[in-house]
Amino acid sequence: MADFDLAPLKTRLAEFALQGQTALLPALHAAQQIYGYLPEPVVVEIAQALKVPLSETYGVIDFYTLFYSQPVGKMVIHVCRDPACAMAGADGVFKMLTQRVDLIQEGNTEQKTVTLERAPCLGLCEHAPAMLVQGTALGNTGSATWEELVSGKNEPPHSLLGGAIHKLTANCGHAKTTTLKEYIAGGGYNALQKALQTNPFDIISEVKASGLVGRGGAGFPTGAKWEGAYLAAGEPKYVVCNADEAEPGTFKDRVMMEDDPHRILEGLIIAAYTIGAKKGYWYIRGEYEFSYRVVQHAVEEARQAGYLGRNILNSGFSFDVELRQGAGAYICGEETALFESIEGKRGFPRIKPPFPTTNGLFGKPTIINNVETLCNIPLILLEGAQVYRQTGTEKSPGPKLFCISGDVVYPGLYEVPFGFPLRRLLYELAGGIRPGHIFQAALLGGAAGAFATEKNLDVRLSFEDLRSAGLPLGSGVITVLDETRDLRDLLLRLGRFFVEESCGKCFPCQIGTQRQYEILQRIGSGQPQPGDMQRLQDVGLTMTDSSLCGLGQTAASAVLSAMQHWPELFS
Amino acid sequence: MAEMISLTIDDQPVSASEGTTILKAAAQIGIDIPTICFHEACTSNALCRICVVEVENARTLVPACVGKVSSGMKVHTRSERIDRSRRTLLEMLATTVDLSEAPEILAYMQEYQAAPDRFPSAERRDPPIIDDNPMFIRDYAKCILCWRCVQVCASDAQFAYAINFIERGFETQIGTFFERSLPETSCVFCGQCVGVCPTGALKPKRQWLLEQGQTPDEIMALTRSERRRRMRREVPAEGGTR
Repeated sequence: MADFDLAPLKTRLAEFALQGQTALLPALHAAQQIYGYLPEPVVVEIAQALKVPLSETYGVIDFYTLFYSQPVGKMVIHVCRDPACAMAGADGVFKMLTQRVDLIQEGNTEQKTVTLERAPCLGLCEHAPAMLVQGTALGNTGSATWEELVSGKNEPPHSLLGGAIHKLTANCGHAKTTTLKEYIAGGGYNALQKALQTNPFDIISEVKASGLVGRGGAGFPTGAKWEGAYLAAGEPKYVVCNADEAEPGTFKDRVMMEDDPHRILEGLIIAAYTIGAKKGYWYIRGEYEFSYRVVQHAVEEARQAGYLGRNILNSGFSFDVELRQGAGAYICGEETALFESIEGKRGFPRIKPPFPTTNGLFGKPTIINNVETLCNIPLILLEGAQVYRQTGTEKSPGPKLFCISGDVVYPGLYEVPFGFPLRRLLYELAGGIRPGHIFQAALLGGAAGAFATEKNLDVRLSFEDLRSAGLPLGSGVITVLDETRDLRDLLLRLGRFFVEESCGKCFPCQIGTQRQYEILQRIGSGQPQPGDMQRLQDVGLTMTDSSLCGLGQTAASAVLSAMQHWPELFS
Repeated sequence: MAEMISLTIDDQPVSASEGTTILKAAAQIGIDIPTICFHEACTSNALCRICVVEVENARTLVPACVGKVSSGMKVHTRSERIDRSRRTLLEMLATTVDLSEAPEILAYMQEYQAAPDRFPSAERRDPPIIDDNPMFIRDYAKCILCWRCVQVCASDAQFAYAINFIERGFETQIGTFFERSLPETSCVFCGQCVGVCPTGALKPKRQWLLEQGQTPDEIMALTRSERRRRMRREVPAEGGTR
């Protein structure tokens, strides 16, 4: 076995050892930065320092796709293969890269220099086809040459912003990150000032009165969540920002983090003050390296300006936030799986109840909110619930971000009031279907979503209107498909996504996603077997009814929706 | 004393103490709910979902092994919806692993009229048998991932932490640190894992050899020669020349 100089690792481990198992993912990230992968002696060193059993440490490494227990190339490339990128030609890009990499590998047989992988949605759908080169996000790679891609001079693409209003996105779309100074100049952190002089219970009342519900997909009332954690017995309490955005088609949290990180941070600090949390975590998906660096910088700015740390703005309230980087696991966007990940474990979702408000991170009362949800908090506190509710509909108050990708003229992030008609969003704001083509369908809510057809175009985008149309709002994903798109190919990609991302804990999802994918493969290749439609339905309904968490419960959602709209595709 | 809670299960009134699971409350009145991963001595993780029941006004089905009774709850343990879920689960299991030594699951398959070949050309989990120690063999082609072995090896019983999970999703397997052989791990060969395995995936070596057609005498001779070989191996190692 090769010898590894463990000295640099030991230096880094000194800072993690005291934390124990919760520092496992950060320690593995640090080690992988040093050694390129995670060789056995390195992992033994980490496991012993953090006092985590060897078997469990290896189990954690093997769970997350961005951790490598075997050597990888000096350069690692991830090419997205999910719907928006596939429609923009990602398969062709991957093929080109494969040939190129084979050529390089032939000339250098001693060491693999490039590792090329297909990746699940990278959250760069408005810049499709997208890839990561050594962690750096690259967009519109369809016409890029090999030399351009690997030059190392690439910068992550800037956000593409549109919309009818700009309440949440006031500081976005300027091709740069809003600095602390700029954020404050625009009224930033005034909501925090106000909050710190307000009784926590009054903040909860205001948030409840605003009618804000979670923007991560589940739509749980935020005020009720905060109240639950506020009233729950147990110390310490925690607040967590869920930035593990990975639903295929979703990129709103990335744009918010990269363009206006302080808005999110302000929301998080207010949440912490409200329930009396002294410590918070901000969990960012592993693929969002640039977002991570931007947020890291913003947190440092806030700390130096006294918005984080001891005695914030002389209020007597102290709070700080620790950033965490995911490592390639869609399931960790599920709130309890995210807690497990912060605790240094495999991202297995927990059985609910008990709920996070009483038994969350480290078993303590916890608020966990999505990035976009937190962005609404400063707004609500500054203008008050009454004014906030003037945007949107009676039952779905406030602004909403939509991630539009696929066959529209202007893909991007759009902010509109709830209740905005789908047709106007697609045709007036996003420029309509790409020239020469017509609308076939739109996938709403991502891989866990459902299809809207021509007859749904006049639906208003609110919880109540979508519900009565049988459509999900999800996290605000709209993937638009023109008449040339093969829906069976799309479903096959969604099926593969769930096979790859199922954690394997409960049987219905662990086996069901695999069986669903096998049937979709037959259907995709035009060779279904007799009875496949019934099988697909039984598997789908079993996953929906009996899976442990939201991933399994929605893993058949798009398939079941397509079956209703286009039964002919399945026989 | 815990508060008593009134509910109905299959329209029969039941009174159970607070914190009781639906599974236990049903057993009180003689209603048998099927279970696979559940084991009295292990933490319930609600993995297999064969014990799902319908609770009125609940969005999804509820696993009876962890679902707690609540006042006024109306539980149904059989319905078309429940049976479809249980039957499909059994059919999916049967096309994934070798259930030939899991009589309880096979009995459920009969009860729910599950077709063992429902899913054509389905990928099976079919890894080779691991025979890396003198005590027991690991035949993960029979493993349904009930987690019992990992749990008893860890905090449910032995605190040895020799085994855990590798990979994820359908590809999940029970494994060791960097897939080392068991003697190279923290395994203490307590046999707890073999004791709780419901499908014959973990089996005493002697039993396995007998099934392979070896006679008790042959097995005795084998263990003797294995012991001798191990002693020969260990002598130079102790001398410090590796």
